[in-house]
Amino acid sequence: MGEGTSSRRPWGALEAELLAVLQAADGPLSPGEAAARLDGRAGYSTVVTALTRLHAKGTLNRERRGRAYIYSPVLDAAGTAARRMRQLLEREQDRDAVLMRFVDELSPQDEALFRRLLADDGPA
Amino acid sequence: MHLAVYLPLLPPVAAALSARWLAARLDPRAATWLLTAAALLLAAASTTALGLLAIAGLVRIPLVASLGRLSRTALAGTDPTARLVSLAAGLALSAAALTAARALWHRGRALLAAAREARRLPGTGDVVILDGPADAYTLPGAPGRIVVSTRMLAGLTGPERGVLIAHERVHLHARHHWFAAATRLAASLNPLLRPLERATAYTIERWADEHAARGCGDRRLVARTVAKAALLRAGGPRRAVTALGIAGAELAAGGPLPRRVAALMAAPPRRRLPLIAAVAAVLLLTGLCTAEAAGDLEDLLEAAGA
Repeated sequence: MGEGTSSRRPWGALEAELLAVLQAADGPLSPGEAAARLDGRAGYSTVVTALTRLHAKGTLNRERRGRAYIYSPVLDAAGTAARRMRQLLEREQDRDAVLMRFVDELSPQDEALFRRLLADDGPA
Repeated sequence: MHLAVYLPLLPPVAAALSARWLAARLDPRAATWLLTAAALLLAAASTTALGLLAIAGLVRIPLVASLGRLSRTALAGTDPTARLVSLAAGLALSAAALTAARALWHRGRALLAAAREARRLPGTGDVVILDGPADAYTLPGAPGRIVVSTRMLAGLTGPERGVLIAHERVHLHARHHWFAAATRLAASLNPLLRPLERATAYTIERWADEHAARGCGDRRLVARTVAKAALLRAGGPRRAVTALGIAGAELAAGGPLPRRVAALMAAPPRRRLPLIAAVAAVLLLTGLCTAEAAGDLEDLLEAAGA
């Protein structure tokens, strides 16, 4: 779903700036909220147009909130999702039970067992 | 209200003792349903029994009796429930209600946080790849998402990645988090049911393992993937891994992960309908006892109110 090519038209700069604003945001933003964070460097309708274009290109996700759309980046800045996930895991008391982990932590005995299981007849 | 009221307090002990044994023998999908149903029913039955005992004591307090226009002599003459038993039941019931409320609050919060996070994860597919140490899990939500870390993916071969994703997708589609939440609630109402919660957590993983195994048609591949992924989380296998060694007996005596691998290296599980029927019969009896005890108390109160 990523966006491969970058636009060379005058739009490009604003789009890149909007993308940065959305990546820095805590969650999806409405055009009004995004415009406010540009500190007047683009008007509301320009921002709406740019967001619509970014969504059409597959760079942004769009969902409805009330009567307006809100936008979020499809690929967010490296690691922000991973960081949020770690925060979630640290914060919630019941986190381990809610996440269906493929493999839980191994006890030292079980780890030794698995090392033998996987190494004994496998070519090293 | 005689023996019947105490009977629902016993099956949780039997369930606790047999949960792991059942989890190892039944088809994991059937086992998950059965253990979850058993946990909920036994928790409801033992909570009801505590409630009945507490009420039987409560109506003997003069103020309560007069408020309910109940005859104290009629109550004293018919009900054998000792005051101390009622008091203990009342205390146990309050403790159960408190821990259950806390468990619901924490689990609810965690589920909501997970759903919010699932929504905010990048991309639109059900699988999300994040940077980080070797890990893989399903975040429940609407829709839920599967998170796999880059280092976990890097440590697995193509077919093994397929197994991992197939396993996690079962969690997502079968809504396994509700089984986990239901058994958590049951165990918070009655701590004797904790082994059922643990056993269900195990059968949920086995359910997903078996489903992945049917999908790829290679049980040993699933077994190897589980073992490899576990070592990757623990810091990575030391050498390239291509095959499985050692006997299943040693694995079967280990923790949940070795037991999963042992089960995958053995023949596919059978359904064992007689065993399921036996457990269902015990559950039914417990339900009947509870209904009987509730009926007794109702009769008593009716008689005393006359």
